[in-house]
Amino acid sequence: MALLEKIDGAYQLIEPFTEEKVRSLRVGDMVEITGELLTGRDAVHKWLDSGNEPPESEVRLKNSIIYHCGPVMMKKGKKWVATAAGPTTSIREEPYQAKIIEKFGLKAVIGKGGMGEKTKIACKNFGCVYLHAVGGAAQVLAERITSVDGVFGLEQFGSPEAIWKLKVERFPVVVTIDAHGNSLHQEIEAESGEKLKEVISKIGK
Amino acid sequence: MNSTLKKKLHDSLVEILRKTSAELPDDVFEAIESGRKIEESGSSAKYAMDIICDNVGIAKRKSQPLCQDTGTVLFYIHFPQKTDFDELQNLIKKAVVTATKKGYLRQNSVDSITGKNSGNNIGPGAPVIHAEPWKKEDFEIKLMLKGGGCENVGAQYSLPDSRVGAGRDLKGVEKCILDAVQNAQGKGCGPGILGVCIGGDRGTGYAASKEQFLRKIGDRNRDATLAALEARVTEEANQLGIGPMGFGGKTTLLATKVTALNRVPASFFVSVSYMCWAFRRQGARVNKKGEIQKWLY
Repeated sequence: MALLEKIDGAYQLIEPFTEEKVRSLRVGDMVEITGELLTGRDAVHKWLDSGNEPPESEVRLKNSIIYHCGPVMMKKGKKWVATAAGPTTSIREEPYQAKIIEKFGLKAVIGKGGMGEKTKIACKNFGCVYLHAVGGAAQVLAERITSVDGVFGLEQFGSPEAIWKLKVERFPVVVTIDAHGNSLHQEIEAESGEKLKEVISKIGK
Repeated sequence: MNSTLKKKLHDSLVEILRKTSAELPDDVFEAIESGRKIEESGSSAKYAMDIICDNVGIAKRKSQPLCQDTGTVLFYIHFPQKTDFDELQNLIKKAVVTATKKGYLRQNSVDSITGKNSGNNIGPGAPVIHAEPWKKEDFEIKLMLKGGGCENVGAQYSLPDSRVGAGRDLKGVEKCILDAVQNAQGKGCGPGILGVCIGGDRGTGYAASKEQFLRKIGDRNRDATLAALEARVTEEANQLGIGPMGFGGKTTLLATKVTALNRVPASFFVSVSYMCWAFRRQGARVNKKGEIQKWLY
């Protein structure tokens, strides 16, 4: 029996997130996540890379999932609500991501557009996957957030850049870098590059 | 402008901003729907297209931004000749501030030197206003919200380009456009729409390429040569297999729109603007009382 249950074609990745669970995934797999995601983008990655870390009592980065996202947050009464929460372009975190995956044992990174060689190798070595959310789908993704359980660094980083603790249910993503050294981005780019050569040679001089 | 006209025009502008941010125009949605139908069921391409279609429905129902990046705010306006243009510009800015407060636009305008966000989408160059007087008595107000992800993958080529193998002719142009599609994969949220300008200078070329997005997806270029080029490039790009979000698949481009400007003999630019699937463009005819008469898309 497969390690992760499949519902409507999507593997259910449910907290606790473990190396065994994420290693069972392969590029191209559709996945739905249930559990906690931590948002983190440019400022947070640079900050973590400089050797800082949030107190464990506030944010538990160990074995967590980081989401490259600058959500639109509104305060309703005492509670925060995410009204738009799509992914941002991940490649900007490439200089930092591998080290952060290693240091905190991240089990997944969510974003859009894919990441580079260093991240791919870190995913393989430390048992992590890169999950691609659908860019622009801010409403579908915000609807899968069932609660906002806190925020770290709101003053320091500002709302889009802070670490938001999001509880999600069946949050839809696609595996584009797996923990076995495969990158869908590199595959598609190589294939379309070959195809482009053919098309261009047909156009001729 | 009297105060009643100002108030009504302001409210109409805010409504145009709201509708543009929350609702995908019908012509774009139809093209996305056609793309969804041809992707294989069970594929990640289909999965992405399903999510995109759901997103369009939810944003419209909730009247919330389709995408959290509400982008560069670009107005294209025709106004009655007797209008005080300064007053009109001020009204547009005021409407942008209101739309930001209401959450139709994200706080999206950053001082390039200090890094400080203006918080209201107003600043040097923001919003972008292209405006021309005309002899009619009403206003035509078109609006585009262009996100940063797709803006970043725009490209400008100076022909001849030896890397692409592009000479100074239409075949060279075609090669450049396809090269831009290959390089945009994954980064600009596909399936995309291309606006292209052949010729012009570096500034006018990019501006004209962007104006191509004001055309409807299904329209036909009046220039037969360009119409053929548009169809050919779209078909060739869809052979590359890049697919929605770069997941692999059949739907890489929904449409290509091309225009041409004269150039000086020494220059031959091809300017390519990429629009993501969250193609937010709307427009309205607004009568002399400041009321919306008709939606244009």
